[in-house]
Formats: sequence, C-alpha cells, structure tokens
Amino acid sequence: MRKLTTAVLLSILPSAALAEGTMPQMDFTNPLTLDQVGWMAVIMVVLYLVLSRWGLPQIGKVIESRADVIAKDLAAARAAKIEADTAVAQLNAALVAARAAAQGEVARAVAEAKAKATADAAALNAQLDAKLAAAEAQIEAARASALAAIKPVAAEAAGAILLKLTGSLPGEDVLAPNLDAALLARSGG
Amino acid sequence: MAGPTINALEQFSLTPGLGGLGKAIDFSNSNEAMLAAAVIIALIFGLGLKARALVPGRTQALVELLYEFVRNMCVDTIGEEGLRFFPLVFTIFSFILLGNLIGLFPYFFAFTSHIAVTLALALFVFVFSTGVGFYTHGFKFFTFFVPSGVPGWLLPLLVPIEIISYLSRPVSLSVRLFANMTAGHVMWEVFAGFMLLLTASFGIFGAFASVVPLGLNVALAALELLVAGLQAYVFAILTCLYLHDAVHMH
Repeated sequence: MRKLTTAVLLSILPSAALAEGTMPQMDFTNPLTLDQVGWMAVIMVVLYLVLSRWGLPQIGKVIESRADVIAKDLAAARAAKIEADTAVAQLNAALVAARAAAQGEVARAVAEAKAKATADAAALNAQLDAKLAAAEAQIEAARASALAAIKPVAAEAAGAILLKLTGSLPGEDVLAPNLDAALLARSGG
Repeated sequence: MAGPTINALEQFSLTPGLGGLGKAIDFSNSNEAMLAAAVIIALIFGLGLKARALVPGRTQALVELLYEFVRNMCVDTIGEEGLRFFPLVFTIFSFILLGNLIGLFPYFFAFTSHIAVTLALALFVFVFSTGVGFYTHGFKFFTFFVPSGVPGWLLPLLVPIEIISYLSRPVSLSVRLFANMTAGHVMWEVFAGFMLLLTASFGIFGAFASVVPLGLNVALAALELLVAGLQAYVFAILTCLYLHDAVHMH
C-alpha cells in the first residue's frame, strides 16, 4: 500500500504537469497569443491616459491640500503659542512692577511714620523741658520770696534778742550786714 | 489504475472572450482579465476620489497609499526627475499588480503568466528607458557601457559584458514575472489534481489523505498572494532602476 502510494505520487507529478506536452504560452500558432499583446497595448494606453490625466493629479491635489491644511494649522498653533508666551511675559512684568510699587509704598509709609514719631517725641520733650524750666523758675522764685520774707522776721527777732540780752537796740547799720552774712551762710549751708 | 487526467497547463490556454465579438476581433480571455484589471483600477480611483476627505476613508486611504508608495519609489530610485515617469510607472505597477491578484481567483485568467505579455511589457520598458537615455544624453549615452575607473586593457573584455548584461535586461525582467506566475498556478493545479487522484484511487482513505494537498494549497495561496505583490513591485522598481540608469548614467 505504502509503496503503491509513493509510486502513484511519483507518477502523477510529471504526467499531470505536462499532460498535453506543450505550454499554451509558447503556442505561437494560436493567433490569440500575439493578439492579446495588441489589445493589452490599447487597454494600457487608455489606463495610462485615465490615470495620468485624471486619477493621479486628483489624488495629488487631495494629498497636497491636506498638507496645506496641516501646515496652516501648525502655523496658527505656532502663532498662538507666541501670543501666549508674550501674554505670560507681560503678566510677569506687571507682577514685578506691582510688587515693586507696593514695596515702595510700604517703605514710604514706614519712613513717614518714623518721621512723625520722631517729631512727636521732639515736641513732647520740648514741652516737658519748658514745663520743667517753668517749675524750676517757680521754685526759685518761691525760694527767693521766702528768703526775702525771712529777713525782716530775722531782724526783728535778732533785735528783740539783743534788746533782752543787752538792753539796748543796736543800730540798723550794724545789724543789717551781720544778718545778711548769717542768712547767706545758712542758705548756702 | 485509471485516474482522472489533470492538465495543469490548460488554465493558460487562450480562448476568444466576449462571446462572438471576441472571436471577430481576436479579443481573448486574457484581454478580458486585462480589461477587468484596468476597470478595477479606475473604479478604485473613482471611489477613492468621491469623498476627498481631509481624514481619508478606506478606499481613499488605499488609493493614497498606492499613490505615495509608487511616488516615493520613483523619487527614491530615479530622483526628482523621476516624477516625470511617475504616471507611467504607476500604470505598469497597478496593471501588473491587479493582473497578478485577479489571476489568483478561480476561473480568472492570469495574463501575467503569458510570456508574450510580460516580454511585451519588458521590451517596452527596455526601449523606453533606452530612448530616455539617448534623449537625455545624446550619443554620450554609449559611454554607459564603459565602466569608469577600470584599466584600459580590461575594456575590450568589460564593454561586451556590459552590453550583453544591458541587452539581457528585458529577458530577465519578463521571464522573472512569467515564471513566477506560471509556476505558482501550475503548483496549485497539481496539488488540486492530487486530491482528485487520491480520492479516485483509494476511495474513502484517499479522500481523507487529500487533506494534505489541500493544506499545501492553502499555504500556497498565502505564498502566491505574496508573490503577486512582490513581482509587481520588482517589475516596477526595476523599471525605475533602468530609468535611473538612463537619466543619470551610473
């Protein structure tokens, strides 16, 4: 069985392929073999004209218009990006300027407040100094008036004491210089 | 043992097409397939150009893919001058591709399996590219056969070799396509014939055994699809190469 199968397989291959012996492709006695070339020329010329005059240029146009659209869109996107970039730059510049202005304002306010405070302090000091000076003057006046008021009382007391001790009233010209010296020594001491 | 006789070459025989009209004007079944190929190409272009959408649909994408594929092939191989030959290369490529592809379907004629057809195409490419060479360079085109940078005493040997290799271009171009297509179709028919023979010889066992040639034919179908596209591409890129030689002479 196996041998038979192999024999069959071997025998049918060439006989199947070359059953008639000649290839129709090489049969040039058949007029159709060469005439098909003539008809092919006609068909191909028509196909060439259809493709070169209509088909291919139309497809080329479609592809070109697509490339145009893509290029245009890309250019628009690029322009938009540049616009956005400038807008961002402007925003940043505005932010920097505003920050600088605000800092200047703050510094100015601080300086103003400081100056006002200094001026207030100076005015207060002057007022206090004036009050102090007035008070001192008042004290000085009170002291002077007190000292002045003491002199007649002391003269009277010294006269009375001397009258009691000596029985005579000293002259005004003797008493007065001694009184002044004694008072001066007291107030100084 | 008497099995059915399989004639694997009968599929290539030419018969008058289009009924009685074909007999009168010698319009064969292979011309029918050529006409079908041309009409399908025109139809695909018509459908692809219907929408002209910015984002292409399937048919439009197919046409644009073919267009850019062949256009890039022309520009890459020939250079910017290649755009002049782009419609010609596209016509040849699409015609051969469609011819190969519709030849794969049962009951359709594979006209690229006829040496007369492929030789005519190859001779046209050969004559056209030679004409382009003489049109571009005048009689200086003869220096194409003198390789540069070769010692003078070698030239008597090398120039005939160059001329022979140049003249053999249409032969290799046509035989490559013809042989590939013919071999594929013969193999298909032979394996299909195995199935009939096995069944006729061994009955039910043979019918089961014919799964093997059937599987082989399925694999062959994939291979033939590849060959159909590849051979059309090879023919087109060689056309571009010959045109490059004619335009640039090196």
